[in-house]
Amino acid sequence: MTKLTDLTIAAARDALAAKEFSATELTEAYIQAMEAGRDLNAYITETPDVALERARESDDRRARGGHIGSMDGMPIAMKDLFCTEGVLTTAGSHILDGFTPPYESTVSANLRSAGAVMLGKANLDEFAMGSANITSYYGPVKNPWSAKVGKDLVPGGSSGGSAAAVSGRLAMAATGTDTGGSIRQPASFCGIVGLKPTYGRCSRWGIVAFASSLDQAGPMTQTVRDAAIMLGAMAGHDPKDSTSAPVETPDFEAAITGNVKGLTIGIPKEYRMDGMDPEIQAIWDQGVEWLKAAGCNIKDVSLPTTKYALPTYYIVAPAEASANLARYDGVRYGLRVPGDSLDDMYMNTRGEGFGHEVQRRILIGTYALSSGYYDAYYIKAQKVRTLISNDFKAAFEDVDAILTPTAPSAAFGIGENQDDPVAMYLNDVFTVPTSLAGLPGISVPAGLNKDGLPLGLQLIGRGFDEGTILNVASVIEDAAGFQCKPGKEA
Amino acid sequence: MSYVIKGETGDWEVVIGLEVHCQVISNAKLFSGAATDFGAEPNTQVSLVDAAMPGMLPVINQECVKQAIKTGLGLKAEINTKSVFARKNYFYADLPQGYQISQFEEPIVGEGSIILDLPDGTSREVGIERLHLEQDAGKSLHDQDPKRTFIDLNRTGVALMEIVSKPDMRSPDDAGAYLRKLRSIVRYLETCDGNMDQGSMRCDVNVSVRPAGSDELRTRAETKNVNSVRFVMQAIEHEAARQVEVYENGGEVVQETRLFDAQTGTTRSMRSKEHAHDYRYFPDPDLLPLVFDQALVDDIKAGLPELPDERKDRYINDFGLSPYDAGVLVAEKDTAAYFEAVADGHDAKMAANWVINNIFAVLSDKGVGISECPVTAENLGKLLGLISDDTVSTKIAKEVFEIMIETGDDPEKIVEEKGLKQITDTGAIEAAVDEAIANGAAQVEQYKAGNEKVLGWFVGQVMKATQGKANPGQVNKLLKEKLGG
Repeated sequence: MTKLTDLTIAAARDALAAKEFSATELTEAYIQAMEAGRDLNAYITETPDVALERARESDDRRARGGHIGSMDGMPIAMKDLFCTEGVLTTAGSHILDGFTPPYESTVSANLRSAGAVMLGKANLDEFAMGSANITSYYGPVKNPWSAKVGKDLVPGGSSGGSAAAVSGRLAMAATGTDTGGSIRQPASFCGIVGLKPTYGRCSRWGIVAFASSLDQAGPMTQTVRDAAIMLGAMAGHDPKDSTSAPVETPDFEAAITGNVKGLTIGIPKEYRMDGMDPEIQAIWDQGVEWLKAAGCNIKDVSLPTTKYALPTYYIVAPAEASANLARYDGVRYGLRVPGDSLDDMYMNTRGEGFGHEVQRRILIGTYALSSGYYDAYYIKAQKVRTLISNDFKAAFEDVDAILTPTAPSAAFGIGENQDDPVAMYLNDVFTVPTSLAGLPGISVPAGLNKDGLPLGLQLIGRGFDEGTILNVASVIEDAAGFQCKPGKEA
Repeated sequence: MSYVIKGETGDWEVVIGLEVHCQVISNAKLFSGAATDFGAEPNTQVSLVDAAMPGMLPVINQECVKQAIKTGLGLKAEINTKSVFARKNYFYADLPQGYQISQFEEPIVGEGSIILDLPDGTSREVGIERLHLEQDAGKSLHDQDPKRTFIDLNRTGVALMEIVSKPDMRSPDDAGAYLRKLRSIVRYLETCDGNMDQGSMRCDVNVSVRPAGSDELRTRAETKNVNSVRFVMQAIEHEAARQVEVYENGGEVVQETRLFDAQTGTTRSMRSKEHAHDYRYFPDPDLLPLVFDQALVDDIKAGLPELPDERKDRYINDFGLSPYDAGVLVAEKDTAAYFEAVADGHDAKMAANWVINNIFAVLSDKGVGISECPVTAENLGKLLGLISDDTVSTKIAKEVFEIMIETGDDPEKIVEEKGLKQITDTGAIEAAVDEAIANGAAQVEQYKAGNEKVLGWFVGQVMKATQGKANPGQVNKLLKEKLGG
């Protein structure tokens, strides 16, 4: 039999149903893996007791013949941006020291209702701000593929702990959140599947906010099918989130038919950037060939405002963050560093509590919203955002999905790209436009570069049409025959 | 009656605009389900959203939206079926989010107007600039501990309507009339209880001055959080005089926020422009634009109660009351209801006189509101009935009324028990008249000589003999007949 920790959700679902092993056995295997894999620093908080309790509940349900959820008994990692009742929630920040929420985020509660077993809280960039998981107060996460190149690689970010946990088999799947690429880019770096749903598909209630108009939770899994199963468990309209869309959650798994014949796939010419890594271009071309072979029509499309996406994002997201992070003031919860006056206490607390990248973004955002600059920055960015959205709308008149690389490179070494924040921001060049337009995007592993590191391709879909990109991604997944084997044995 | 400040260089006039924060009557807060009861134990009406716990999100309370629409309609204002909530960013310990959710560029209610009823009986219109919905902040308690400040978040997130007037007022009286009228309207609408002493209605006063007759708008100073009509009027008087002095001494008024000191009736600078906040307003990305159908507005409009202005017109047109009396009676909904109950089946003018002259005096003496008036509307109505059907004279009615104030008794019972019923029996009155004539030979001579004033002496005698209960009309008639005959 396959190692328990090599199973996909789909496979474990059948095996659990066939009583080949129990949820408790499966969970125990993951708890051991989690403990053995601590060098990755994928988890901030391990919750083996919670996991075992939920696994036992799952086994009880099955023994009783009770209702079995779509994720019943599946051990997953929870990005530490989701508030979890009674479990330390840090957002990767010193400022939330000791914060244990008395409430459960809607998405994590939905997963729990579907039977999922939480193994622990996954490491992340502080407040989800970063593309390399090096800004966490709890230290950087190591990419499980590091062994391939003999140096420590970043897992991408901000959902770096989640990606590393899935890739390194320390969790069967993980939740991520994506604001500008924080699910898709680490999925690409770690050789797993990461899906950012349409904005509004998953509730933001109980997720520590970074940029409210962009943040979206999504699944990070080994396979496309697993992503479909897990998204189904996470999604749903939530009256507690005014931006949650009042739409039905379709059967995403049913959308994966493997038949993409006659679909039109757009290739945006603006994504062919000057100086692009030839290996990235090659894997992109390969993706086009696979889809052609599967019967898709390939069509060149134009998204002319693409080059403005990154600067637009770095106005909108920090502006919203500057207000969203104002609540961390030392008054009610988390870290408080005393001072002689209220203002001193604020400055001491926020000065010590926030890391440099978070401080940088708060400053950028505060500046962009300031009187005299607001029109030139924030208003202009909002206008460009509308244009970006319109570009996609126009493109989707002619195509059913858009294929692009996920990231401009494979995983890089811990410590690289650290001196220049703009170089770091470029990691999200292919993912940010989708976020600004609120559209769904999925990263699927498509192959390895010459160093043996994974490269992902991104499929972008129409709003609330995750089904199509899941289906197309499954075709690439099959064609690529990608094996997520980052371990030393390979 | 214009309000003029006599300066050394000439006459000045004052330009006033008011921003009034009205706490919305609703069971729950603007964006959370927490309760809104006044006077609850500190920090017992606080939801996770109010405390700005990580990941919490606001959800608009539709009840507050309806209240804002209703108030807008009461102000004859334009209702915007699309409006936008914005974040107003600033740090303070009783503002957990670090921003207040308010409306900035696109408020729910646009331009409207209020008719002021001035003390001299005239009316004038003041423009409303806008009404927007926003969250209240919590309370910082600085007096609980020598070193520390305590925070009470009960009020955090409670819905406020900020109602902004145009700079249309020209005197402290105007401002007083504006506040009283606004309070009257929101009370009629039941959208705000208008209790300034409990802080459910709070006023920021914008004042500038200019040479009389000029139409320029000079720099204004804003006095924050003035909590009574009287204080608002005092603050304006003081602030206008201060600004005139500044100009006349060659200075410039600076745009600043000032505080009113109720002890001294003066204002003082709180922070000047260089310390002014940059609130960095931007649309709240947690909330979609607030959009509703015109049908909702039409529905609310159809259900509006009669408002003070309409009621005043009705009193003038249907009851023949003077504009002043009508204005006084409609100002408070409860008073108007009391008046209408008294007037039911009786002469409305007489009812109005009794309420304004007698009942108001009682309320003022006892320091109570109309709902605690010892004389019920029903009993006052009965008393008017006793006057109208000649059971008692107006003079006796006043005596009966005094007893009613003390005992709260039914006037019919009082008249019966005390034997105050007017004598209308012609025989009895005739006997008293005859007796008076018999006793007053000298007065009879004077009367016959043409001194008709002496008739009063005879009336006095008859009244004395009947303990004031003789019907004065009959007494007069009989005396004239007998003396003149």
